[in-house]
Amino acid sequence: MINWVSDLLFWIIFGAILYSLRGQRIFWTVGALALLLLFNQFFTPGFFHIQLLDGHFYGSRIDVLNQGAKVMLLSLGMVLVIATGGVDLSVGAVMAISAAVSSRLLVTQNQPAGVAIAAALVISVLAGAWNGLLVAGFGIQPIIATLVLMVAGRGIAQLITEGQIINFLDPTMVYLGNGHLFALPFTVTLVLVMLVLALFLVRSTALGLFIESVGDNYEASRYSGVNAIQVKFLVYTFSGLCAGLAGLVACSNIKSADANNIGLYLELDAILAVVVGGTSLQGGRFYIVGAVVGALFIQTLTTTLYARNVSSDVSPVPKALVIIAVCLFESDLFRARLAQLFRPLGRVLRPLSSRLPHKLFTAPRHDAPKP
Amino acid sequence: MRLNPKYIPLLATAAVLIAVFGTGSLLYPNFGTPRVIVNLLGDGAFVGVAAVGESFVILSGGIDLSVGSMVAFIGILIARLLQAGCDPFLAMGIALCIGTVAGAFMGCLIHFFEMPPFLVTLAGLFCLRGLGFVIHPESIGIDHPFYAEVLPQLSILVAPKAVLPFTAMCFLGSVIVGTFVAGLTRFGRNVYAIGSSESSARLMGVPIGQTKITTYALAGFFSACGGVVSTFYMQSGNPASFVGLELDAIAAVVIGGTLLTGGVGYIPGTLMGILILGLIQTIITFNGTLNSWWTKIVVGGLLLTFIVLQRLISRRAQPV
Repeated sequence: MINWVSDLLFWIIFGAILYSLRGQRIFWTVGALALLLLFNQFFTPGFFHIQLLDGHFYGSRIDVLNQGAKVMLLSLGMVLVIATGGVDLSVGAVMAISAAVSSRLLVTQNQPAGVAIAAALVISVLAGAWNGLLVAGFGIQPIIATLVLMVAGRGIAQLITEGQIINFLDPTMVYLGNGHLFALPFTVTLVLVMLVLALFLVRSTALGLFIESVGDNYEASRYSGVNAIQVKFLVYTFSGLCAGLAGLVACSNIKSADANNIGLYLELDAILAVVVGGTSLQGGRFYIVGAVVGALFIQTLTTTLYARNVSSDVSPVPKALVIIAVCLFESDLFRARLAQLFRPLGRVLRPLSSRLPHKLFTAPRHDAPKP
Repeated sequence: MRLNPKYIPLLATAAVLIAVFGTGSLLYPNFGTPRVIVNLLGDGAFVGVAAVGESFVILSGGIDLSVGSMVAFIGILIARLLQAGCDPFLAMGIALCIGTVAGAFMGCLIHFFEMPPFLVTLAGLFCLRGLGFVIHPESIGIDHPFYAEVLPQLSILVAPKAVLPFTAMCFLGSVIVGTFVAGLTRFGRNVYAIGSSESSARLMGVPIGQTKITTYALAGFFSACGGVVSTFYMQSGNPASFVGLELDAIAAVVIGGTLLTGGVGYIPGTLMGILILGLIQTIITFNGTLNSWWTKIVVGGLLLTFIVLQRLISRRAQPV
């Protein structure tokens, strides 16, 4: 009975949020998440079950929040990097480095947890700054500049852990990924703090505008006095910090640092989260909350597949298909084609594609020659 | 004679190749033998074949991340077909067709809906990796007589104690085919044109869509060839193998002197890139005391050197 009421309440709130977002880009992301949850409401028994044990909430939706924390943290940094027209492939490797540094200090050097965490974050920021230096300072293409650290980073992490898997039991470190605060996993608070910090940085200062302008047109923003190099450097550094935090959460989750597997493929999840969140890979406009919702969407999808007994090996297939579908529906061109194909439906779909130029095939594309 | 700046990256790659090989030969007595070279070609064959396809995509200004999954998927597909009693040539034909169609499909998504190549091929990576597990969740050994008896006879003795395996011949063959297609056909010229500047190419009347889709189809074909070669090499198919192969392929292409912005580069450079990656691994194996993760660090360092070099060259070529 109580579950029934709480479900209804959940859907009323969710519906209200969705309604208030109509007409915005983020509507599609939240809508996709709503569809996925709706599917689970009816077809996955127990997905919406939540219980209170020892003052902590447990349930599939809480699991999604807790497990999705790593990708949400990564996507916070990634969305800003992608907004400047770049991409950061090294976040997974930076996670491994951060985990390796903290556990090495903790276990082998017997340092207190505070020192270990601080050192790991400093190293991660430095790794991010290195990427920033390559991209902003030397003007190297972001995919490649960050590929260097992606390839070498795991080697460096192995070097730090000396090829061992380091286990730890320090209560502070374990709390980071397994503790509870306000009856919810601590990671939720961590993500919220970082989200508020990121939102404050880009919405209450001019930084957000600078990032958008650099992503839209690097040269023009440089000529109009934006320190484009500094902006780019800053976003990669921030991405490094986020990756460092995610690395700490990841190694705390399993109480050990495994340099080979921590953060493996998470850079891909983070990029997908950002794209599903409505931010174009070409840079420009960005949606921080969208990226976080995108991360939640991907995690919900993963949890749904597990709950439905799809093996973890096969789960990438539906994941890829859903993501392609979401991205297709976010593509203006695809919606326009759809509207052309189904003329009877055109009346419904036309408002969605009203921003499109009329001549689709001769429209200028976003690939003007770079100077 | 003035050196054409477009050959500088290729020459730099050749210089690094000679330097690495020279270092190895000086350090270890049995390093500079034909046998090591032949092994390099044989061991790097499936990465190499896939890297030839990757070269075309990068030349056109795109990127293909689905390579590793494609190789693993084709490997398990062939192993499963052979297990079901299929003729090996038919199995390879089916595999190559599927690879090409998958590549073409990704190309269509990229062209028709202007989706970023990065994203589409990333979805391809996930999809093919999962499909491999759908075909069979575990490794399947291949014991077909063609693999057990015919293949070993196809290798050639090139020097005393140095047998050029069939996989290496496949690799060299695809490099030759790739060089021919890139350098001497209209399609190849179109790829270079699109990679240099898509809008200029469009204005010149280059068929953008046709070329792009063909490029990704070709990449799919070469990746599938890589998968076929991997079954020759491993004598088995495993859906969990070759994770991260795409990075090796991309690294080989970049170290081979192809500009990641597209439009500049040569297929033989990719051959040299694969050889350099293999040499680094061989030196670390010969050393015996260095850990294998040094490979990653050295490859990362080399990548860095090359992209900085490329940056310097492209800056000098077109002063801003």
